[in-house]
Amino acid sequence: MVTLVYIAFGVLTLSALLCLFRIAMGPTAPARTVAIDTLGTLLVGFCAMVALQDASDFYLNVAIAWALLSFIGSIALAKFLEGKGFDE
Amino acid sequence: MGRRIGTFVASFIVWCLLAYPWSEAGGWDWQSIIVGLGAAALVAVILSDALALRPAKFLNPVRWFWAAVYLPVFIYYCIVANLHVMYLVLHPDLPIKPGVVKVKTRLVSNAARTALANSITLTPGTLTVDVTDDGYLYVHWLVVESAEMKAATEKIVERFEGWLERIIE
Amino acid sequence: MNEVIGFIIIAVGLVFDLFGCIGLVRMPNVYTRLQAATKCVTLGTCSILFGVLCITGFGPTGVKALVCLVFVAITSPTAAHAIARGSHKFGIHVHKDAVTDKYAEEIDDPSVVSSGSNDQEEGETL
Repeated sequence: MVTLVYIAFGVLTLSALLCLFRIAMGPTAPARTVAIDTLGTLLVGFCAMVALQDASDFYLNVAIAWALLSFIGSIALAKFLEGKGFDE
Repeated sequence: MGRRIGTFVASFIVWCLLAYPWSEAGGWDWQSIIVGLGAAALVAVILSDALALRPAKFLNPVRWFWAAVYLPVFIYYCIVANLHVMYLVLHPDLPIKPGVVKVKTRLVSNAARTALANSITLTPGTLTVDVTDDGYLYVHWLVVESAEMKAATEKIVERFEGWLERIIE
Repeated sequence: MNEVIGFIIIAVGLVFDLFGCIGLVRMPNVYTRLQAATKCVTLGTCSILFGVLCITGFGPTGVKALVCLVFVAITSPTAAHAIARGSHKFGIHVHKDAVTDKYAEEIDDPSVVSSGSNDQEEGETL
């Protein structure tokens, strides 16, 4: 079981590195925004795997808060791309 | 008033799920229950306009039955969408033919349109870009099969419309 | 037994996550990337959370994983279509050989579309 969890960490880290590649290379601001949004959702999965390894529910609280915060961040970035103020 | 009560009950249920388990060593965990009641009341007072407009819909068991039937259908379409994207990504030539098409929906309420847009986003090859007030959706299609509005509506919208009409409308 | 089923579901989710991120790197422009990334990463993360629920059962961890699954399943497509709308308003063209772009024809200010930056990397097949 421990080995499988470590394999999961490896695959998730690889995915996160691909996202970071797109954030670094992405030619325009929307391309970077897409990668940031994807990275936020990936980290929720990462938190879930850490919770499984620790056998405690603490990291799932982190995952829930992270899911909501990354959603709000993505919406704010999208509004910024649209060229509107944040209060509309 | 019904809207406030509905919001209160919904937020208290979410709180209870977050604060699970509710009892320690035989007794109820009164601390978290009281804080949860306070927080749910605060949400109900401040945000009752933003959430469900007609909470009585949630009490209808027929809607829950159709939602339970719709869930496996939706998961099936999700998995098909993922296999489709995996095929496109692994294909050396990237056989994509993207475009934005316009489709029409007959759903009226905001909640039903949101559910339709989210369903379209998670299913094969389509992504909702915008929804207008008079019932048109602009959908980005990864492999466009027909640019005409009627044919596109048949292919994209109609596989969900009937279900969502029974569940949320 | 539940543990075996849970790990199988987690493995499927990991494969979907990985292919979503490969799609994020390989696809040619913003909208196609958004499609690949959103679909695959959402279902992948939901599968991981569901696998955690299968392994731990309905304890504190499992119930929180279920709540988190519902949050991710609702918020991720919504954020995706906010970003799609934002980048269309930003002025990204759909594709260099797009079949049709009804949105640009009917909604956008034509000057924005014609003067907007093009996100096309010519011949990119990474």
